[in-house]
Amino acid sequence: ATFSRRKKNSINPQSELYGQHLQFYGQPPLENISLSEFETFAVERLKLLKTVENLGVSHVKLTDLYISKLEKELKALNFPYRPDAKSQSGPTEYEKRRKDHISHFILRLAYCQTEDLRRWFIQQEVDLFRFRFNDLDPKQQLEFLHKNNLRYDTISSEEKLKLKDQLINSSFGVSGITVMEHEFYKVPFQDALDLVRLRKVYLKQGYAYIPHQDIVTIVLNDFRTRLSKALALTARSLPAVHSDERLQPLLNHLSHAYVGQDYSIQKNVGKISLDQIDSVSWKSFPLCMRQLHQSLRENHHLRHGGRMQYGLFLKGIGLSLEQALQFWKMEFIRGKVDADKFDKAYAYSIRHMFGKEGKRTDYTPYSCMKVILSNPPSQGDHHGCPFRHSDPELLKQKLQVYKVSPSGINQILELVKGMHYQLACQKYFELTHNIEDSSFSLNHPNQYFLESQKLLGGGKDIKREMDAPQRSQENAASKGSTATQEVAANTSQHLAEMTEDLDSFFQDA
Amino acid sequence: MPSSDYDPASLPDLLPLYYRRLFPFSQYYRWLSYGGVQKNYFQNREFSFTLKDDIYVRYQSFSTQNELEKEMQKMNPYKIDVGAVYSHRPSQHNTVKSGTFQALEKELVFDIDMTDYDDVRSCCSAADICSKCWTLMTIAIHILDRALRDDFGFQHRLWVYSGRRGVHCWVCDEAARKLSVAARSAVTEYLSLVKGGDETVKKVVLTEPIHPFISNSLDVVKEYFTQYALHDQDLMGSKESVEKVLALVPEDARSYLQQEFEKEKKPEKRWKLITTEAKRKQVGNFAHSFYIVLHIRTEGLVVLQSVSLKSTAKKGQYFEKEIMLQYCYPRLDANVSKGVNHLLKSPFSVHPKTGRISVPIDVSELDKFDPFSVPTISLICEELDRPRPGEEKEKLGDGKEKEDEKDAIEKRKIRDYKRTSLAKYIKYFDQFLDGMARSWKAERLRKSDLQKEF
Repeated sequence: ATFSRRKKNSINPQSELYGQHLQFYGQPPLENISLSEFETFAVERLKLLKTVENLGVSHVKLTDLYISKLEKELKALNFPYRPDAKSQSGPTEYEKRRKDHISHFILRLAYCQTEDLRRWFIQQEVDLFRFRFNDLDPKQQLEFLHKNNLRYDTISSEEKLKLKDQLINSSFGVSGITVMEHEFYKVPFQDALDLVRLRKVYLKQGYAYIPHQDIVTIVLNDFRTRLSKALALTARSLPAVHSDERLQPLLNHLSHAYVGQDYSIQKNVGKISLDQIDSVSWKSFPLCMRQLHQSLRENHHLRHGGRMQYGLFLKGIGLSLEQALQFWKMEFIRGKVDADKFDKAYAYSIRHMFGKEGKRTDYTPYSCMKVILSNPPSQGDHHGCPFRHSDPELLKQKLQVYKVSPSGINQILELVKGMHYQLACQKYFELTHNIEDSSFSLNHPNQYFLESQKLLGGGKDIKREMDAPQRSQENAASKGSTATQEVAANTSQHLAEMTEDLDSFFQDA
Repeated sequence: MPSSDYDPASLPDLLPLYYRRLFPFSQYYRWLSYGGVQKNYFQNREFSFTLKDDIYVRYQSFSTQNELEKEMQKMNPYKIDVGAVYSHRPSQHNTVKSGTFQALEKELVFDIDMTDYDDVRSCCSAADICSKCWTLMTIAIHILDRALRDDFGFQHRLWVYSGRRGVHCWVCDEAARKLSVAARSAVTEYLSLVKGGDETVKKVVLTEPIHPFISNSLDVVKEYFTQYALHDQDLMGSKESVEKVLALVPEDARSYLQQEFEKEKKPEKRWKLITTEAKRKQVGNFAHSFYIVLHIRTEGLVVLQSVSLKSTAKKGQYFEKEIMLQYCYPRLDANVSKGVNHLLKSPFSVHPKTGRISVPIDVSELDKFDPFSVPTISLICEELDRPRPGEEKEKLGDGKEKEDEKDAIEKRKIRDYKRTSLAKYIKYFDQFLDGMARSWKAERLRKSDLQKEF
């Protein structure tokens, strides 16, 4: 495939092309690449961005743990991860940067199409950019700004000394120590309007004098704005790209890839006991999982597809490996499988699911998209999405057995007819929970479960897990450095607010 | 003196004379062409005219200075407004595809109107002004001019008397003309300190830290405060006025001051009591916030010392400064400044009600500026006809050729304004343009270098 959206009027020699570790992705790549490279690059960047999202949800950004995990992923996927890292084997730095560049632009094609996709893509790219910008040392950061025509210059120590009082009195949270120890940037005031408007910055001769922490915000906003505009432009040129039959299926696949939370990080491990599963399956399981559970109980067996879909779901709701092994074994033994055979044939694959065997990849529970789009069930299978894969008559009967009202069943069938499978499931949620309007947008079976538990008063624990995982995880782990970091951050706010935060901090611990 | 001769009814007779012989067209054209650096800059500029009987016409534009002159001499507008430079000739805007006719550039402008100060001046109200309250304009110009120059780096600022009760500022730097709406809005907010309408009692609230812009502005106010506020406006004199001021003081200090004012009647001493009380509060808060830092320390947590001091943004400790600013700080009409396409009264326009010409103000002589000695249209028309000593009356004989006649008229026109009180203002305007011309020349050179013209 060839990219030829923009003509460059100057040709960069190859060595210059990827001279920078970090880039703003201003210019699209102008070269030919093979379809397989096209696909690989795209998929790998998507994996990277998903990791960025997951880490962002479960860690405070830019803490040591976050950084090390993201670096690991960058390294594993052969993306550039440290400006001066010398790789002994594998792709060269040049090749990594090229991949970074090209994969970004491919994903633009896939993610420019709707508002939701754009928002998601921009968020992850901004987070990734923040991480990589933060990784550069001050000198490299300045170099980056200059190479990208951002007319930001640091001021000398002499100038800082001369302007010390004005700088202290202009920027909030800046003390004498801050002035001398941190960089200050001189930026044309037009590039710092938010700070100017609120008079939160020192102005002299048309320049704003901005402390380092505020510069990062400005650069990130700049990046976000540029990307947003570029995506809008890309969306307009999309029809041309879509007409290429080789690219269309891949781009569709990429953009349908699930982009929400993946419930892979187990939060409620051990909170569900095995004897609760039956009752919980009636109340809080989505139809697909209720169906799988019921078949398992009835037949004492599930085929591979069903074991994967249901097994991972159970992991997502909090079953531990031990519980899972017990659960499946107990059920299979009541059927045609004896304990020995179970241990030989099935235990392995369950441990595999939990990342304890083989590749040791931690498999993630399937999203609705995945359940609906991949691996359709055949005769004897019970997995898949009942709204998608069941014959409407059978679906109707099933809903009647589950005591859904006739009018409700009709509504569901209408949605199914219109191919709105997830909306049908959401309607099922509303009818079985007796509510008018579910306040969430369903796209994952585990999400269904959590929302149901929340509604049924599964309570504070669940809610907190869903809301701010950052604080609870970090604070629970260590009181020392992170606690002070938190408090230090809070002191830049009004004292009253700070006192409130401290109170809740003591409560949490 | 002579200005009291002005009668609005005579405007229809005076305007033709003004536009034929006095209006400084060549300087005006020189200004709005900006050295020809950008093509069609003058041609794409919007003017609007208010004609007799309040007929208002927009989207006027002109190809040359001559065309501008002819049109103005034909229409004899009562008022002239200047708008933005558009993407196309404004007079042809109806022929342009909808959506593509856009305002591209305009000077950054400010409008300060005395009526916005009615709640803080006791000498006049509404459209009236007097020498006592004019000081507010002087203060406003000092504060804003300094900020536009020192904080924003704008070099070419033209201050113009509006003709009745205010002043305008035209910031003509290239960077200013190219500012986006967002940027203009940000600049305006940066410069705004007095907020709130009739329902708001306390219109200025300061918190720590005091931004250098605010300190600089306060320095200007302090220079004039004693004479202007304490004497001319008698701020601390009448009971009513004192009550209004004390309403701006925090409650705990208010009753103390009210008591003291029973004994002390001298305005300066009263003001001193206010400032002393304020200083006492400021020191008190400092100690309080320091205490809080220690308290937290004993809990075993580390807090950045200086940051926590500033985070105790106690309101009301700077009330003496807040009073000074509420009574003296410039009040901008934000809407005028924010829009790129906003139309503002043109310099050298006539004010129909007062007859005064909107003349540029020499900022270096700002404190001597007297709005009541600004020439009126009737004055300068009268001055035109007065024969100068030693000058012969020019007579056009039948024998003269048309060429000579035209030349003579041109020459006479140039000399005409020089005979009137308008002269010194046009001279000042020339100096302003000379200052800009240097940057135009540099810009033209730069552009021709880029295009490799020889």
